[in-house]
Amino acid sequence: MKHARVAYAGSIHGAISENGQLRLNDGRLVSEASVVWLPPVVSGTILALGLNYATHAQELSFEPPTEPLAFLKTYTSLVGHLGHTRHPAGVTHMHYECELAVVIGKTARHVPKHAAYDFIRGYTVANDYAIRDYLENFYRPNLRVKSRDEATPLGPWLVDVADIPNPMNLRLTTAVNGHLKQQGCTKDMLFDIPTLIEYFTSFMTLQPGDLILTGTPEGLFDVKPGDQVVTEIEGIGRLVNTIVEDWRS
Amino acid sequence: MTEAPRSVIGVALNFAASQPPPQAPVLYLKTPNTWIKPGDHIPCPSGLPGLRCAGTLGIVISRHACRVAAGNAFDFIAGFTVVNDVSIPHDSLFRPAIRQRCFDASCAIGETCPQINGQSAFEIGVVINNVLRSVANTSALVRSIPSLIQDISEFMTLREGDILLVGEPETSPVAHPGDNVRVEIPGVGAIENRVVAA
Repeated sequence: MKHARVAYAGSIHGAISENGQLRLNDGRLVSEASVVWLPPVVSGTILALGLNYATHAQELSFEPPTEPLAFLKTYTSLVGHLGHTRHPAGVTHMHYECELAVVIGKTARHVPKHAAYDFIRGYTVANDYAIRDYLENFYRPNLRVKSRDEATPLGPWLVDVADIPNPMNLRLTTAVNGHLKQQGCTKDMLFDIPTLIEYFTSFMTLQPGDLILTGTPEGLFDVKPGDQVVTEIEGIGRLVNTIVEDWRS
Repeated sequence: MTEAPRSVIGVALNFAASQPPPQAPVLYLKTPNTWIKPGDHIPCPSGLPGLRCAGTLGIVISRHACRVAAGNAFDFIAGFTVVNDVSIPHDSLFRPAIRQRCFDASCAIGETCPQINGQSAFEIGVVINNVLRSVANTSALVRSIPSLIQDISEFMTLREGDILLVGEPETSPVAHPGDNVRVEIPGVGAIENRVVAA
């Protein structure tokens, strides 16, 4: 089943996908075009992986890490499907990153690899924008690069774990203005999902709704205001985002 | 969870005279699994000789703070709190230190004390087993409280209830299982937690 969080007619609803429409939790059936899409989960902890595909590490001229290279984002960085992400004036290296996002389903602590999938609620698509102009060699990539307001599109759907028998063999693509720019497969992750869950829960307790963004393959491309960026993962969803000019008061 | 979660945001290198200084605040998050109350135990992960206990001042945000000018920063502060920001000592700051900073129960947070007349100079003491081990003053911050709020809210909105940790004193001591750690900030409060073997 595919779940969404949406705003419809002045209030916020949970919903499920039903024959191309949305069945709100109160029973109403509404069109997808009539809602505002919110991030499908509310997350207290948002972990993300850097350099988790060998091809992406090569592209950035880094040796693949021997321990997962993780960073964190705040909840304010999320934005829903069909949302807008601001492009700061003057930046020249604003890059999309299509990523499979794992949603934790129950309190998870010291989870061994073989039990990892028991702790997953489902999956969604993340576009983990980075503004590389702001990189510095302290806690790289820092929050100024990766945790900017509304710069992590997420959604449209939270897809139940049971619907995705093998999340480690899904095709990922990113298209900018209709042109394919990035493609890869989750089978090429350096640290797979069970390994990541075992690693993180070895020292931190994760809660339902927490997210792990599992990294992105090669295919960087700078985006500009007006660009439409579509990040898509086979069986999970097609997440659309538009880059807009930043405002200054 | 249905409400928007709070964030506790730390600032690295804000007491240190690093060369050259970072262009922007170097931030890290203390995730919800790290939050504990005064009196709770701090389990020291097995195999580690000790934990760094940075006594620090927490700025409690009062309302939506987006692109706040330094001159208005105190309008967005509900008050201050005493925090013991615990970490596994690490020399390299090149990569985010998630394992070193986000292990369970590694951030003890006290009660919020309302701010008084825009006061920004606070003395922070760390006392281990009744011995004063570290003293620092927020007047020595590389980025002051108003500057931090300006520089962070430029790209990341701070919200009511968020806590900003102003920095870790360079003299922060290492505590070991069995140690009682007290962080005190005159005018704000004091908290105590015991480090225990995990």
